[in-house]
Amino acid sequence: MEQVRLNIDGVDVVTTPDRTILEAAREAGIRIPSLCYDQRMDPFGACRICIVEVEGARGLLPACATRVTDGMVVRTNTEELRRIRRTIVELLLSDHPRDCMTCESAGNCELQDLAYEYGVKETRFPGEEHHYEALADNPLIERDYTKCVLCGRCIRICREVQGVGVYDFVNRGFEAVPGTPYNRPLTETPCEFCGQCVSTCPTGAIISIPSKGKGRPWQVEKVRTTCPYCGCGCQIDLHVRDGEIIEVSSPVMVGPGQGNLCVKGRYGYAFVHHPDRLTTPLVRKDGELVPASWEEALGMVAERIRGAMDDKGPDAVAFLSSARCTNEENYLLQKLARAVVGTNNVDHCARL
Amino acid sequence: MSGNGRTKLVLGYGTCGIAAGAAAVKEALEREVSAGGYDLDLDIAGCMGFCFREPIVEVFYPDGKSVVYGDLNPKKVPQLLQAAASGEVLEDWVVRRSDDTAAGEGDFLANQHRIVLRNCGNINPESIDEYIAVGGYEAARKALTNMTPEEVIDEVSRSGLRGRGGAGFPTGTKWGFARKARGDQKYLVCNADEGDPGAFMDRSVLEGDPHAVIEGMIIAGYAIGATQGYIYCRAEYPLALKRLEIAITACRERGFLGERIFGTDWNFDIKIKKGAGAFVCGEETALIASIEGKRGMPRPRPPFPANEGLWGKPTNINNVETLAAVSWIIANGGDKYAELGTEKSKGTKVFCLAGKVRRSGLAEVPMGYTLRQVIFDVGGGVREGKEFKAVQLGGPSGGCLPASLLDTPVDYEAITATGAIMGSGGMIVADSSTCMVDLARYFLSFTQAESCGKCVPCRLGTKRMLEILTRICEGKGEPEDLERLEVLAADIKAASLCALGGTAPNPVLTTLKYFRNEYEDHIFNRKCTAGVCPALITVKINQDICTGCGACARICPVEAISGEKKEPHSIDPDTCIRCKLCLSRCPEEAIYAE
Repeated sequence: MEQVRLNIDGVDVVTTPDRTILEAAREAGIRIPSLCYDQRMDPFGACRICIVEVEGARGLLPACATRVTDGMVVRTNTEELRRIRRTIVELLLSDHPRDCMTCESAGNCELQDLAYEYGVKETRFPGEEHHYEALADNPLIERDYTKCVLCGRCIRICREVQGVGVYDFVNRGFEAVPGTPYNRPLTETPCEFCGQCVSTCPTGAIISIPSKGKGRPWQVEKVRTTCPYCGCGCQIDLHVRDGEIIEVSSPVMVGPGQGNLCVKGRYGYAFVHHPDRLTTPLVRKDGELVPASWEEALGMVAERIRGAMDDKGPDAVAFLSSARCTNEENYLLQKLARAVVGTNNVDHCARL
Repeated sequence: MSGNGRTKLVLGYGTCGIAAGAAAVKEALEREVSAGGYDLDLDIAGCMGFCFREPIVEVFYPDGKSVVYGDLNPKKVPQLLQAAASGEVLEDWVVRRSDDTAAGEGDFLANQHRIVLRNCGNINPESIDEYIAVGGYEAARKALTNMTPEEVIDEVSRSGLRGRGGAGFPTGTKWGFARKARGDQKYLVCNADEGDPGAFMDRSVLEGDPHAVIEGMIIAGYAIGATQGYIYCRAEYPLALKRLEIAITACRERGFLGERIFGTDWNFDIKIKKGAGAFVCGEETALIASIEGKRGMPRPRPPFPANEGLWGKPTNINNVETLAAVSWIIANGGDKYAELGTEKSKGTKVFCLAGKVRRSGLAEVPMGYTLRQVIFDVGGGVREGKEFKAVQLGGPSGGCLPASLLDTPVDYEAITATGAIMGSGGMIVADSSTCMVDLARYFLSFTQAESCGKCVPCRLGTKRMLEILTRICEGKGEPEDLERLEVLAADIKAASLCALGGTAPNPVLTTLKYFRNEYEDHIFNRKCTAGVCPALITVKINQDICTGCGACARICPVEAISGEKKEPHSIDPDTCIRCKLCLSRCPEEAIYAE
């Protein structure tokens, strides 16, 4: 692709013309603060935190929504920009509860990070504040618009990435707020409970109910693994505290899912610690399933397969695999069927 | 227009006329003409601009002369008809005489130069034949049959026409961008989402001369290569919508819209999209989102609509007034248009005179006229002989200018230099009874309520500014509030996503600049010198003038006024709620607020 040369804060940057100023800067190691930006979605340009100065441009431009052009000269951190960003943060905090001590998102909150970066402890512009009732109209997703910064990320991820479109803004001016059609509970909308809105919300406005009160970001160990639910192989991070998974997230722009998860990947982890979960193989003896060792169980399977092969030939045996297995596991199973047993009778549960 | 040897009565039948009672006058006219057996023709027209004298009838005599009568009502109709039939002129009712500009309000029109409003009030807007009779659709025919698109763009560029929606971007240049943009389909949009409080020129043009706008669209569509046009008009303009629909249907019947128009192989048609009345939808990217069925919210530019507009296709958006001027420019030549105006602002501009001006209505003047000429020569100055205090230009996005700037010419750059903007052409006049803090508060309450809520500076910044202004008006202003207003105003202007937020602080900034003493009076002296802000005024009765008639005591809703019959009354300040009802009721004008 064609190359574009620009200068950001005195640094010469070479990139491609499909990049925005924000992307080009981040690639060059220059951090421009943002709030409504999430690289999984199209730029929105709403929060105005990422505004930058571009030589020759009329007015300040949002770095997230402005494409680079050849010869562009950008300044991202002038005194004026810092002053305006500070005002914006103060305005946001003037209509935001100062309850970080108990907020579910403390430590994982982009507004908190901005307040920290710009040293905003008090706002110069106090005034009317919203107090919405928190909406827990379903078992998974809680919405508390008192903490909403109207970045539109929940609305956009639902529409652009999930193709569902449960949310949009309602009302105008100070009263503007995201909502569902006619403010119906999520259970009465086409919501799939994927929790993508939770994953993108920069504050504590949309949170996962199953994770509520279970731990802070710095109290958990993140374990990267592959989602066990289907063959897509989305990468997930298990948030583990004291040996218990308290939340599942997906690293942004990593693996096939690129940071996106479905309802199963995000919320289907309760089985891990469930008392009914099988922890050893069971073998049927005298009509009863009894716990057995892997050696005993696999030995019995091998014996039965061999018996069937001896009796009726390899095609008397069939292998049924699972879409929940990884590609590698499925490959090994068909290898076992074809190379070891000698049958092509291989199928999987997703065809049932 | 005069009839064929017959006397014709034309009733002003725009929304302004109807609101003033023209429907009842129309009914009376029709009834009385048939009952009295008058040999007279009746017709309707759009607004002539004399909104302050509606309902209005213009009588055209067979000799070509005409007389405009105003302040009519059904009771006056028989006398009007008798006079019209006999040729007598009812001097007391005259608004304008074609043969005597000194009569009535004749100088209102005499001081104007009407291009956009050329047909408003003169033809029946529901008749395509009347539009054709005054040369209508000749410009479109000429453009499509005798000119290349490039020649059309050149002609418009030569005229110096700039976007009349407010921003003043050169129309020819804008068309050039859309012409050059690559795309299999292009769109032309007419922005009729007029929303400034005090602005009604687009409505009046659509109601009074819809064909002029449609003709401008046909020309613009041809110039940029768009085969589909949209008119985005708010649903609160039902009469404008009705007349547009009638006009579009008539155009299709005549082959002016549709396929192979004017006998050429060019296709162009127009769809009307009714807006739901969001002010922000006048912003072009929000307007596009609204046509696409989305919530009307602006998006960052670039990409500009010329490259990525409606449905992602190259789109050109022009205002009603701009398009109405285009058809005149193609008919008469760009040079002719450019003869009027200043170096950088050519042609004419339509203004809506409102507020405390004597003649509230619609006026079109050449660029370069001073504000004083518009307000005093055309508008007749301030009502009831009061003193001029300020004029708000450009609605809620504009600014408030004091008397010392009355000699500022109507010119985009000159007006912007004062801190106001040309805007769409609202001109709201304030007199000594207007509190400038309260005026700024009003405009900010409008922009705050109409903010789409998308960007932080506009949504929260204007809210905080409004709260500060409200508390100043309520006598709770703090010394630091002026600085807070200035900080917020500067950052909102610099950081907002669209022009709604970017211009919202203008009324505050200009009043702070030109009327700072009023803010200081409110904050430091707890006084509203204009006698407007209820928390800061006391209503009193002048004991020397009061005759003790008791009219004030009877209307007072809280029984705060007492006094013996025929003796001067007085008001208990603790009970008084400062509603000022008594002020308007006192026959002696003995009651005042201070």
